[in-house]
Parts: sequence; C-alpha cells; structure tokens
Amino acid sequence: MKKTDTKVMIITGTSKGIGRHLAEYYVDQGLHVIGCSRSKTDFYSANYRHFILDVFDEKAVRAMFTEIRRDYGKLDITINNAGVASMNHSILTPIDTVRNIFETNVVGTFLVSRESAKLMRYVNYGRIINFATGAVPLKLEGEAAYASSKAAIVQLTQILSKELAEFKITVNAVGPPAIKTDLIRSVPKQKLDDFLKRHAIKRYGDFSDVTNLINFFIKPESEMVTGQVVYLGGVFG
Amino acid sequence: MPNKDQIEQILFEVIKELNEELPFDQHIDVQLESPLFGQSGKLDSLGLVSLIVRAEEKIQDQLGISITIADERAMSQTKSPFTTIRNLSEYISVLVIENEKD
Ligand SMILES: NC(=O)c1ccc[n+]([C@@H]2O[C@H](COP(=O)([O-])OP(=O)(O)OC[C@H]3O[C@@H](n4cnc5c(N)ncnc54)[C@H](OP(=O)(O)O)[C@@H]3O)[C@@H](O)[C@H]2O)c1
Repeated sequence: MKKTDTKVMIITGTSKGIGRHLAEYYVDQGLHVIGCSRSKTDFYSANYRHFILDVFDEKAVRAMFTEIRRDYGKLDITINNAGVASMNHSILTPIDTVRNIFETNVVGTFLVSRESAKLMRYVNYGRIINFATGAVPLKLEGEAAYASSKAAIVQLTQILSKELAEFKITVNAVGPPAIKTDLIRSVPKQKLDDFLKRHAIKRYGDFSDVTNLINFFIKPESEMVTGQVVYLGGVFG
Repeated sequence: MPNKDQIEQILFEVIKELNEELPFDQHIDVQLESPLFGQSGKLDSLGLVSLIVRAEEKIQDQLGISITIADERAMSQTKSPFTTIRNLSEYISVLVIENEKD
C-alpha cells in the first residue's frame, strides 16, 4: 500500500456549486482531492479525481473507497457537501422527492462518513465536515423535507463526533449562508429576502465564507473542536 | 468462490495483526473457538471495529470481494455473529454468497 504525505480529501457533490468551488480551492492548496457527483465534471487537474456515482449507492461508494485505499493508502478529510433541496409546501411535495432528499442528504452523509472513518484510522487525524442549513434553527415553512433531512445531519454530526473521537476524528458541520447556486435558483426573491432578514448579518454568502470555516475545522490545532454546527451569518431560530 | 478455509485464514491473519496492537493480557488465541466480543470476549467495541475493518480490507485485497460486515445483532449477547472466530467466519461466508448473487 502506497502512502502519500499529502493530505487526501474527499468532497461529495463536486460537479457544481459550493462543492465545485471547494474542489478547485483545495487542489490549489496542494491537496489530493477526490470528488463525486451523478454527472460528469469539466474540472481537470493532476491532483483531482472524479467518480460518477450516487452518494447513497453503497456499492458504488465502497468501490470509490477501495480505489482511494489502493491509490493513496489513507484518507484525511471528508466533506459531505452533496445535497438536494425542494422548496415546496409539504402538501404539494411528492413522496419521491422526500425520499430522494433523505437518501442523498442523510443516507449519503451516513454512508460516506462510515466508509471515511474506516480509512481515517490510518492517519490519527481525521476530519469529517457535514452540511447543515440555517433552515434548521429557523424551521422554515416551505422546507419541511429539506430542513428535516438537515436536522438529521446535525444529529448525525453530534453522535458521530462522540463515536469517532476514539479514532481522533472530529465531526463538525457548516451551515452555509444563502449562496447563489443552482440549489436556491428556484426560490422566489421575496422568500430569500425574508430568509436573509432573519440572519444577524444580512448579506448573501460567498464561497470564501465556507472555505474559511472549513479551514478552521481541518487545522491540526482544531483537534478539540468537534460536534459543532456553525451557522454562518448568525442564525439562531 | 472462496472456501471456508480461506476466510478462516484471513481472520487468523487479522487476529495476529490485532494482537500486535493489543496489550498482552488482551491477546486473542489464533483458533476457531476463541471468543472475540461479548460475554467472554476480550475485545471492546473499539477493538471489534478495528477487527471488522481489517477483515473487510483483507477480503477485498485477497479475494477481490467487497462486503460490509455490519449487522443489527452486533451488540446482542447471544445472537451476535461476532462472538467467536468460527461464528464470524460463518457469517462472512454468508455475506460472500449474498454478494455473489447480487
Ligand atoms: N446554496 C445555498 O444557499 C446553501 C444554503 C445552505 C446549505 N447549502 C448546502 O450546501 C451544499 C451544496 O449546495 P450547493 O448550493 O452547492 O448546491 P448545488 O449547486 O445544487 O450542488 C449540489 C451538488 O451535489 C451533487 N449531488 C446532488 N445529488 C447527488 C447524489 N445523489 N449523489 C452525488 N452527488 C449529488 C450535485 O451534482 P449532480 O447533480 O451532478 O449529482 C452537485 O454537484 C448542500 O448540502 C446544500 O444543502 C447550500
């Protein structure tokens, strides 16, 4: 088994949006980045590898981890960014949509975290970063399925932080501010303005707001920071 | 299709590796009836996780078969497939057969 000194990072959902930005950013920082999504990517780099898969497909995810173990011999950081949303009144939400949201957001995060923890025990340092949303503390109307799935991710983050502490793995979550990606493209402006008004800092977020927080979580000095969910922009419900 | 002996041999290798990391009084005898986890087993849950992950990796590397050794009954005292090396080996054989059928 080859073992590289460079940090190895998995990011899920790297074909676009926040995940795509994170992949480019951490490749620039000199890390080995492994990304995945259901569709292809047009981001190419010697230090980037892309897998086409569904994050909740156990076979495909395990196959990706087997390759990572073979090629890098370890894993340092996992960013569970892949996520889907549906902004709709619960009465108008099809059950297939609910299933897809829970499978991608909750089952996907669970599965990728489980497999990550197995590989991270080689490094005596491990960082898992999940994605929450301000819609959880705010309990936003119109986001019943999405916010519930993210509430599950918050709970998962905290329980995993306890279970994985023995392996020196920390588990934290980012609650991004509203960032203009495809995810929120279909949300009416009025709704987004209302959402922003409920933040302490009432502006749209930038990708750099997210990387700044992730950089803090992954610092070696942050080994005591675990089980935390940071809602950027200041959202408290 | 791997036979029973191959799986048992893999588990023995895993136990030997694990023993290198465990304090002497927690060493597990390299034989089929050795208790692993549960009533008379010497492994704690962290040790069990370590054993399972190594077994998954070795089965992948040596037999080219990808299985997840996870089971609802893991923490049960009586029905757990993790009580002895023999039980674990039989349980893995079932998982391997299921994997072939998929
Ligand atoms: N943007 C915001 O304002 C905001 C606010 C709060 C939280 N978030 C969270 O931030 C994360 C990223 O959001 P974003 O705004 O960047 O969304 P986005 O632009 O829609 O990107 C989502 C990414 O996830 C991938 N993905 C979706 N389902 C997948 C699956 N089943 N398997 C593998 N990959 C999958 C998508 O690729 P494919 O479609 O190719 O699979 C895409 O690359 C999400 O967890 C989201 O909930 C975003």
